[in-house]
Amino acid sequence: MVEFYRPQTLEEALQIRAEKHATPLAGGTDLLVRYRNWAGTLPKLSNSVVYVGHLPELGGIGVSGNGVGPEIRIGAAVTYSELLAHPSIPEILKRASWELSAPGLRNIATLVGNICNASPAADAVCALYVLDAEVEISGPKEPRRVPLHEFIQGPGKTVLKNNELVTAVYLPSSSLPITAYHKVGTRRANALSKLSFCGVAKLESGSVAGVAIAVGAVAPTVVRSREIEQRITGLRLDDIEASMADIMAGYDELIKPIDDQRSTAVYRKQTAHGLIERFLREEIRGAS
Amino acid sequence: MHEIQFTLNGSPVTVKANPLKRLIDVLREDLGMTGVKEGCGEGECGACSILRNGKIVNSCIMLVGMVEGDDILTPEGLSAGKRGKAINEGYAQAGAVQCGICMPGMAIATEALLRENPTPNDHEIRVGISGNLCRCTGYDLIVKGVHRAAELGKDLW
Repeated sequence: MVEFYRPQTLEEALQIRAEKHATPLAGGTDLLVRYRNWAGTLPKLSNSVVYVGHLPELGGIGVSGNGVGPEIRIGAAVTYSELLAHPSIPEILKRASWELSAPGLRNIATLVGNICNASPAADAVCALYVLDAEVEISGPKEPRRVPLHEFIQGPGKTVLKNNELVTAVYLPSSSLPITAYHKVGTRRANALSKLSFCGVAKLESGSVAGVAIAVGAVAPTVVRSREIEQRITGLRLDDIEASMADIMAGYDELIKPIDDQRSTAVYRKQTAHGLIERFLREEIRGAS
Repeated sequence: MHEIQFTLNGSPVTVKANPLKRLIDVLREDLGMTGVKEGCGEGECGACSILRNGKIVNSCIMLVGMVEGDDILTPEGLSAGKRGKAINEGYAQAGAVQCGICMPGMAIATEALLRENPTPNDHEIRVGISGNLCRCTGYDLIVKGVHRAAELGKDLW
């Protein structure tokens, strides 16, 4: 029997996770589309759900010092509208949040919900990769933190156990001010992306002092290579072109898109290459 | 079956329903709020828009168990008030209504927009209604309708 649980506290929610292994539901904008059914009938949920969108312990955005710089904690029930209204959220995440949907979805959809669904096409998750986000997991043991790229294992697959809940996402202090974000899709509001691109960088006297590049929906998980970024770091802007073939050969290994109803592998690959090259040739110079 | 309580268009209601039932189905079938329309059924078209605690949401991808204790406004509740009348009149004067199925959702989106921004420009209106699809008008007349509604209801928002 599929049940709906509405706990009053985080402790109670964790207990329901431990005993019933119910699927957590915050906004439901992905879950209820996946399990949609005919009008007037119950959604085709295969598992009980535990509603967590109203829990006060999961609300709120906090900024604290962690020794290095400010660190931002985003509660698991925080919606995209709340993210957009907060002054401390990094530009790249705001850009992705703004473009990912219309007000009606942003008012209820949560960032952590997108992380837990682990879709390679989730625009805001792409932004979290370049921000080095960490996921906070609570369960029977002490809460622990896992880097986002380790938390997401593949399409729809994460390391979350069925007695645990994601309670927050942490963003370390971001030191890469140059920001480029591109969503390639058929409609700006609500449409899922064909692919998405996030690039952030910092320059010092004509050279790349730091860079992070992530591309969504071109592989089973968001593509980001610290190894290639290290090769770009230290290059003078005028020397990037000479290294471009080598850099792009590296990304070519990682960009393995598929054909689906939204786009084709050929289009995605070509567009991803184009966006990375444009970032390294133009946008990294800091026009935006 | 559970008893679920919330506020509907300003009055408290209690419904006996499975909390897994979609909010749109409870509003239309149990509570007679047929101004809430079902278009796509997956949160893309906005025909099922309502205000939940003052914020626009899609009732077709919500479960009724999620809104326990919340404040829900449907197109019926909106139309009954002065702001709703200004929106309806603004749309009528601009000739913004053709087949009509998107209109209750458009009116809710207009209310949500004008609450935050009583004098929106064209771009802000298009962002405000970006979650609502109209297959008839091409949107230009709807944008004019929102401008007209904002003028007619100048001191209401």
